[in-house]
Amino acid sequence: MKTTLHLKVNGTTHTLSLNPATPLLYVLRNDLQLNGPRFGCGLQQCGACMVLLDGKAQPSCMIAVDVVKNQEITTLEGISSGDRLHPLQQAFIDEQAAQCGYCLNGMLMSAVSVLQETPEADDQTIREGLERVLCRCGTQARFLRAIKRVIR
Amino acid sequence: MSQPTRRTFLKKLGILTIGFSLPVSAAEDLPGSLKKTPAINAWLEVLADGKVRVFTGKIELGQGIRTAIAQMAAEELDLPMHHVEVVMADTERSPNETYTAGSASIENSAIAVRYAAAAAREKFIQLAAQQFQTKPERLKLKQGYVECRNQRKSFSELLEGKQITEAVKMPVALKPKGSYQLVGKSIHRPEIEKMVRAEAWYVQDIRLPGMIHARVARPPSYGSRLESIDEKAFRKQFPDLKKLVIQGSFVGITGPDEFEVTQAQQWLQEHIRWSAGKALPAGKDLVGYLKSMAGKGESVVQRGTISPNATWKARYVKPYLMHGSIGPSCAVAWYQNEKLQIWTHSQGVYPLREALHKLLSLPPERIHVQGVAGSGCYGHNGADDVAAESALLAMALPGTPVRLQWSREDEHAWEPYGSAMIFEAEARLDPEGRIQDWTLELWSDTHSTRPGGNPENLLPAQYLEKPFLPEKSLEVNGGMTRNSEPYYAIPNLQITAHRFNGPLRVSALRSLGGYGNVFAIESFMDELAEKACKDPFEFRLMHLKDERARATLLKLKELLKNEPKNPSEGIGIAFARYKNTAAYCAIAARVQVIQSSVRVLKMWAVVDAGEIINLDGIKNQTEGGLIQSASWTIREQVRFDHQQPITRDWYSYPIFRMSEIPEVEVHVLDRPEEKPLGAGEAVQGPAAAALANAYYQASNRRVRELPLLLNSYQEQIKPEK
Ligand code: FES
Ligand code: FES
Repeated sequence: MKTTLHLKVNGTTHTLSLNPATPLLYVLRNDLQLNGPRFGCGLQQCGACMVLLDGKAQPSCMIAVDVVKNQEITTLEGISSGDRLHPLQQAFIDEQAAQCGYCLNGMLMSAVSVLQETPEADDQTIREGLERVLCRCGTQARFLRAIKRVIR
Repeated sequence: MSQPTRRTFLKKLGILTIGFSLPVSAAEDLPGSLKKTPAINAWLEVLADGKVRVFTGKIELGQGIRTAIAQMAAEELDLPMHHVEVVMADTERSPNETYTAGSASIENSAIAVRYAAAAAREKFIQLAAQQFQTKPERLKLKQGYVECRNQRKSFSELLEGKQITEAVKMPVALKPKGSYQLVGKSIHRPEIEKMVRAEAWYVQDIRLPGMIHARVARPPSYGSRLESIDEKAFRKQFPDLKKLVIQGSFVGITGPDEFEVTQAQQWLQEHIRWSAGKALPAGKDLVGYLKSMAGKGESVVQRGTISPNATWKARYVKPYLMHGSIGPSCAVAWYQNEKLQIWTHSQGVYPLREALHKLLSLPPERIHVQGVAGSGCYGHNGADDVAAESALLAMALPGTPVRLQWSREDEHAWEPYGSAMIFEAEARLDPEGRIQDWTLELWSDTHSTRPGGNPENLLPAQYLEKPFLPEKSLEVNGGMTRNSEPYYAIPNLQITAHRFNGPLRVSALRSLGGYGNVFAIESFMDELAEKACKDPFEFRLMHLKDERARATLLKLKELLKNEPKNPSEGIGIAFARYKNTAAYCAIAARVQVIQSSVRVLKMWAVVDAGEIINLDGIKNQTEGGLIQSASWTIREQVRFDHQQPITRDWYSYPIFRMSEIPEVEVHVLDRPEEKPLGAGEAVQGPAAAALANAYYQASNRRVRELPLLLNSYQEQIKPEK
């Protein structure tokens, strides 16, 4: 049941031979060896696996790779330009916005998506944009501070 | 891999047992974990490039211990932070410090590193004084060199490439606190940059050549046994899968493709026939049920005589709570050349190795357990279980590295929860409103079933052909009674504890019994303050003798000075000293109650954790603790039916989402002359009580049974499809 499929991830097109029903997350982590998107629930409930699909944050743990083969996929690895960090990545460092950091991918990717749509997002808009992402360490207050630092 | 391991290196030097070469009294004088491991080079090595490598038996779980330890070493040796490398828990490299738990890493591990580094500093100065033929006072440490006018030698030149194998001997001159450059400051944690850059950091990111994926098929309830499995049908369905491992009722499946393995897990779960396990007491009054199965009360504290006429009584209940790590537990195991290597986020690599040694009948020296960062765990979650399962699978597949990733459901339904607890409090006030008598009777299951060297607490061990089954005991232990004694001056006191063996699997969850005990005590204090017609601050201060405790509360009071009183809102406070010996913590919460909805608007914390090591580290842990405890207190409860826990995902077990996060404000009192105290768990209990007290202020309703909000979040937020 394997098919050949082209996938555009972080600007590079990859040719892969795989089961087209495979959830995108497994392809990104296992076939492409990316660390950004993380497995948290596989149920679209926690946001650990967020990626940008054509610029919008979406969980990647249930969507079949076949469905996204014609979309631009961006992972956390793809938001910096070379060594230059994305302003949100820098802000997360400056605010030391992480405890275990497992949820960071979801928080960052969702924030990128929110600010792309609403560069001057207010508190409520930011919270709505991050609502799908869970953090168990309770670092949310810092995430909000970090994101607001970029808007300022 | 051709380098000698630290252990063989030490063996060659013949100093592996240096701990025993010290006279006992000298070892006992040593601070923290040096007692057990006094050799300097067990904690610190000098590298050829001038950097220093520090070893800790603790593991980084997001609490920032790595950075705090590096700060302590860098400070004593006058090194920049990036010249200190930290090696975490590893049975072939680090000292054995058993578990990373109980907020004790600063008090034991970081302190050991501080003294080892200070002793190393003395050694460098002594050697340099000899080699430069000068007085020690003339020498200065700078960037890994000892300097004297125009001469200088690096640490490793001074040691001629050797390490300092001597034991730390007291007294050791520490750097004067007034000259600190790093300790006490807010220092960035370098791993945060790795995280935002998506570099490999977690155990989940380990990828080995030829590594295969694994899942475990779970029975429908705790005590179920495997009855039959149609292997032929399975093979037909999944011809590519490497191996189905069946050992008693433990069923694991492995294969090269992770997606296919998850499908196989699902198929197995639907097709295996299991026996019915023991029924859970669903639908029963849980409080009555748990009390009925408890052992007789054991006295925890008894002081004075309690007279029969209490002023006020109340009963409080705390439900089962889960750790709920965002990344479900994961481990990688590899059995090759008769040696088993495991990468794990377990909080105790040495005790895990010991338990695996007994589980697998493999000598400990053939098991290498290496600690790797994981998702935050806040206690004993599925980390050890998944490691043991991966080990069983790896042993069945010699030569192949096996990565076992628990599913969300595995973690939610099979992790050992924080026990439910029941508290019955009574007190008598005198005419001035002072507490004369205080009794607290509590009921709880144990708060630690860590493997601690015994396989029976490892989940898969309970399902083997010859299962290891945990002993059930009704003995009261320290986890349940943690913080059960109020930190107040009360003449007559009687604390009694009962242990039950509840229906659910339980173990250590952040602050153990402290969360429930402080919730009960501090809610009751608020109720008593009202009976005594006193302000909650005043009432607590009336009963507090310890100056540091008073200062913590007074600082909180000052913070709230100008807080407005808004309609349908209330502010509640609470105080506790964690374990009655560790960090002091005073909390306030502002909540808004409109009909049946509760919103936490803001929380304040004042913390005295003694000497501050990393200021931002303490703040980060405290902010996180406030938010996590608020989520526990407002929303959370593990629920079950006759067969199994039914809170098996994030919709059935909702935790705080972004829209619910309160503003948080943390103040850390600076006590440079005091001992540093772990602060990671101090918030949990007082935050719960502050919320319940605030809820009362806002609504006039006293909630004594958690969670505060029993509404169904499930109905408000539907899964996105
Ligand atoms: S892993 Fe995709 S939403 Fe949780
Ligand atoms: S920082 Fe640990 S889950 Fe968010």
